[in-house]
Amino acid sequence: MSWVNAIIQGILLGGLYALFATGLSLAFGVMRFVNLAHGDLAILAAFITLSLSTTLDINPLVALVGVLPLAFVFGFLLQRLVFDRVVGVDPSFQIVATFGLGVVIQQLLYEKYTADTQGLDVGGLKTSSFKVNDQISVGWLPLITLLCAVGVLAGLALFMKRTKLGRAFRATSDDANAARLMGVDVRTVFAVAMALAIATVALAGVLFGSRSSFDPFVGPARLIYAFEAVIIGGLGSLWGTLIGGIILGVAQSIGRQIDPQWGELAGHAVFLAVLVVRPTGLFGKGLLR
Amino acid sequence: MTERMLELESVDVRYGDFQAIFGVDLAVDRGEAVAIIGANGAGKSTLLNTVAGLVPVHSGRLLYQGESLDGVPAHKRVGRGIALVPEGRRIFESLTVAENLLIGAYSGRPGPWSVERVLGAFPLLDRLMGRHTSGLSGGERQALAIGRGLMSNPDLILLDEVSLGLAPIVVKQVYEAIPAIRAQGTTVLVVEQDVNQALAVADRFYCLLEGRVSLAGTPDSVDRSAITDAYFGLTHAAPASPAEGGAA
Repeated sequence: MSWVNAIIQGILLGGLYALFATGLSLAFGVMRFVNLAHGDLAILAAFITLSLSTTLDINPLVALVGVLPLAFVFGFLLQRLVFDRVVGVDPSFQIVATFGLGVVIQQLLYEKYTADTQGLDVGGLKTSSFKVNDQISVGWLPLITLLCAVGVLAGLALFMKRTKLGRAFRATSDDANAARLMGVDVRTVFAVAMALAIATVALAGVLFGSRSSFDPFVGPARLIYAFEAVIIGGLGSLWGTLIGGIILGVAQSIGRQIDPQWGELAGHAVFLAVLVVRPTGLFGKGLLR
Repeated sequence: MTERMLELESVDVRYGDFQAIFGVDLAVDRGEAVAIIGANGAGKSTLLNTVAGLVPVHSGRLLYQGESLDGVPAHKRVGRGIALVPEGRRIFESLTVAENLLIGAYSGRPGPWSVERVLGAFPLLDRLMGRHTSGLSGGERQALAIGRGLMSNPDLILLDEVSLGLAPIVVKQVYEAIPAIRAQGTTVLVVEQDVNQALAVADRFYCLLEGRVSLAGTPDSVDRSAITDAYFGLTHAAPASPAEGGAA
């Protein structure tokens, strides 16, 4: 039964990884943009939520009502003012710009909050769970995280499929210049895509901070898991991102079941195996499908 | 009195250090069908891409309905009534046939063209509407590309090498749609390597050679051997003056 439990816990953990990875997948799918500051932006959102919740004395999850719109606007402006300059040019410019942004975020957080570890206090929710049977119990917070990931991805899929702007996203992903010829303002599409990406990673950061401790320098580690989930699922494939996150989570959980030291190692091993067997990822046939 | 739809005055176009268009003068009146003919690399597609806003004018003036298009990005030119059907079709593979048509109407410009009217002009698209585009034939893809361009309800449609890679029977079907397009009041500027096909539908033509207008006139008034010479640069015909090449 402990193996079944390990798989269930891995699936729940995969929800968090998928949520971290969704924004990366979206930005790459729409504009072939790789944001190395993605993990740092998640941690930035966690710290802002920490400040909001302690200042206003509210639950961090309630603070999301303010943090998510703020992240959306921040993402829009970040794309317009900074990232637009490095889209469609040599990828090394993207690497330098986003790596630099990540370092700036880390240093600003260090100046403001020091290197002490912090946590978001969500009260009893952090440890509360329900029993499936005598040997398996499911935590409410991990379950909420998984449901958030499924909800965000389902919402994005519906947005892509059913709305005029979603069609413009897919057209831009296929051929940005041809999309311009249809009257699509590609810069606005890019900015909205980045706004959605930052909002989803802000949600991931707050949920992460609600279940784990964090400090200004843990963002890059989150980025690695997000990358692995995206690549396992297939670059730009939204539902592939969920599957990729779950595979990564289950691999880590099973690895930990074998030996507590093997959790991360097992996750990286599965990632490398997928790269060897199927370099385009499991669902990497097309972008934004 | 005829209304000038498009006017290029001494237009130069460059890609970095490489100059593709040299001092081109060209005029298109409302309701006309004008052909730009020329060999590979003559600058025909560059000219259309410049009008559509994908390539900037280096020097000279580009006027559309009497107003300069300087600084107007490509997506806003669609809203003003310019549609480009690009070389190679550039169909969106992630979208179905129906979605490809709908994205053509993204600018929301009012006009006579709707999905129903496009299907009337290209009946072969009707049975394909729910399908993804990956399995479409060349003719179906070209019909979709033109239909998608029409969905923006353009005043001026730019057709770039619509016959390229198509079987003659399919080319004939595609060109048969041009009178229907003109009947809706849409002005047509078509770029072609296939001289006979282009001259059959055009009121006037311009021949480009190495980025310059080498000949201009009406299909009936210019001798075919002169066109051949201007096309291949065998003996240089005198460059057309705006008055000779311009609309009547």
